[in-house]
Amino acid sequence: MSTTSTIKLKVEFSGGLELLFSNQRSHRIEIPAVVPSDNSTIIDATSKAGDKTKSADVTYLMYHLRDHLLKERVELFMEAGTVRPGILVLINDTDWELEGEGEYVLKDGDEIVFISTLHGG
Amino acid sequence: MPPRTCGLCNNARAMLKRPKTGQQICRDCFFYVFETEVHNTITEAKLFKPGDKVAIGASGGKDSTVLAHVMKALNERYQYGLDLFLLSIDEGITGYRDDSLETVKRNQQQYDMPLKILSYDELYGWTMDAIVEQVGKKNNCTFCGVFRRQALDRGAASLGVDHIVTGHNADDIAETVLMNIMRGDIARLGRCTLICTEGEDTIKRSKPFKYAYEKEIVMYAYFKKLDYFSTECIYSPDAYRGHARVFLKDLEAARPSAIIDIIHSGEAFEVSEEVKATQKVQQTCKRCGYMSSNDLCKACTLLEGLERGVANSAITDRARKKLDAEGPAPENLRTIPFYHAPSATPNIAIAINTP
Repeated sequence: MSTTSTIKLKVEFSGGLELLFSNQRSHRIEIPAVVPSDNSTIIDATSKAGDKTKSADVTYLMYHLRDHLLKERVELFMEAGTVRPGILVLINDTDWELEGEGEYVLKDGDEIVFISTLHGG
Repeated sequence: MPPRTCGLCNNARAMLKRPKTGQQICRDCFFYVFETEVHNTITEAKLFKPGDKVAIGASGGKDSTVLAHVMKALNERYQYGLDLFLLSIDEGITGYRDDSLETVKRNQQQYDMPLKILSYDELYGWTMDAIVEQVGKKNNCTFCGVFRRQALDRGAASLGVDHIVTGHNADDIAETVLMNIMRGDIARLGRCTLICTEGEDTIKRSKPFKYAYEKEIVMYAYFKKLDYFSTECIYSPDAYRGHARVFLKDLEAARPSAIIDIIHSGEAFEVSEEVKATQKVQQTCKRCGYMSSNDLCKACTLLEGLERGVANSAITDRARKKLDAEGPAPENLRTIPFYHAPSATPNIAIAINTP
């Protein structure tokens, strides 16, 4: 098995959600392939080899976006460790509910789309 | 996880889990079931007859954009024989409605439908920007809601249409049920689940998306790559509805059928004859001819308040008393053009932008 240390992803926000992310719809990001189990996205001196890790999944991605890309009003994006109800997530154009939601393990080149349904129609 | 196949065609890869049924289906089957359910809603409620002129209330947002797309497709597929129009109201909100109207103008080209835009400014002499400047951000939704309702009817009357369809979806209706229960508004609770409302001399209004989940409307727009506009109104959004909406979304996350269940429970309330009898009789506004339950319709009352500089007069009793104490409305008060119900007038030719 290859041991790539990072994963490249395309992340898209729409339905008004892009307003929380510098009004930019499409983002290309790179995240570690193996991440802390507690979804901590800040690497500091206290992390040691013995800390629990997992393969990067969509839940980790949400924390990463929240900590590094989100510009304002975190409560409009995440709530109780997942996306705020009313935000749809697509993994490679498929409803994330069919892909294991937050537990989906990310692969290099995946495209993740977040769409808010909470904005006026 | 291995890819699942579609529960309907057993062939293509499933791409969506339907919130209503939990079924896992592919993109093409999703388009088919979504459109067919709307068709069934339309035929079961007998919303249209051949030759009807129907205006689609178009805001440029997701619901009305998907509605225009689906209405056009169904009209062709099932030969409804409808004459379809797009009708947009320009509330005069810089940075919000002006941008969304650009989307509507593109929709006009894409769907090849005549478009009529009616502005608050031309009808009432006030834009929402000007109203907010006078009344502030707190109560402006009252003005906007009352003015929009009447503007849609007047726009529809000028187009000579029989019927207005709006993009209200199942989530919107469930929210309204919750709000009416929380407010104890039994009269509105009885009406808000109706798929079609029609007064004696009003233009029919209906909601073909009454049973369509917001999630599916958004997925439909996404998969079809429809062009829609999604920005929150820049003025204070309807805070009460906002709470109902968040509550509903939390319920849906726990149990997706909650939305349909709430609509059903709204429908199951029977409004007794006694309550109906206490509801005010409809008459026409003495000033502008629009239907009203008082001498003056809500829009005329609000407009008078704005013109006389007591804008909250229709909102608080105290302000109304103050206005009354100042005497009757001045002769030169700006009023809304007299409303002629469509059945009572021959079709007046008006300028519409054809694509």
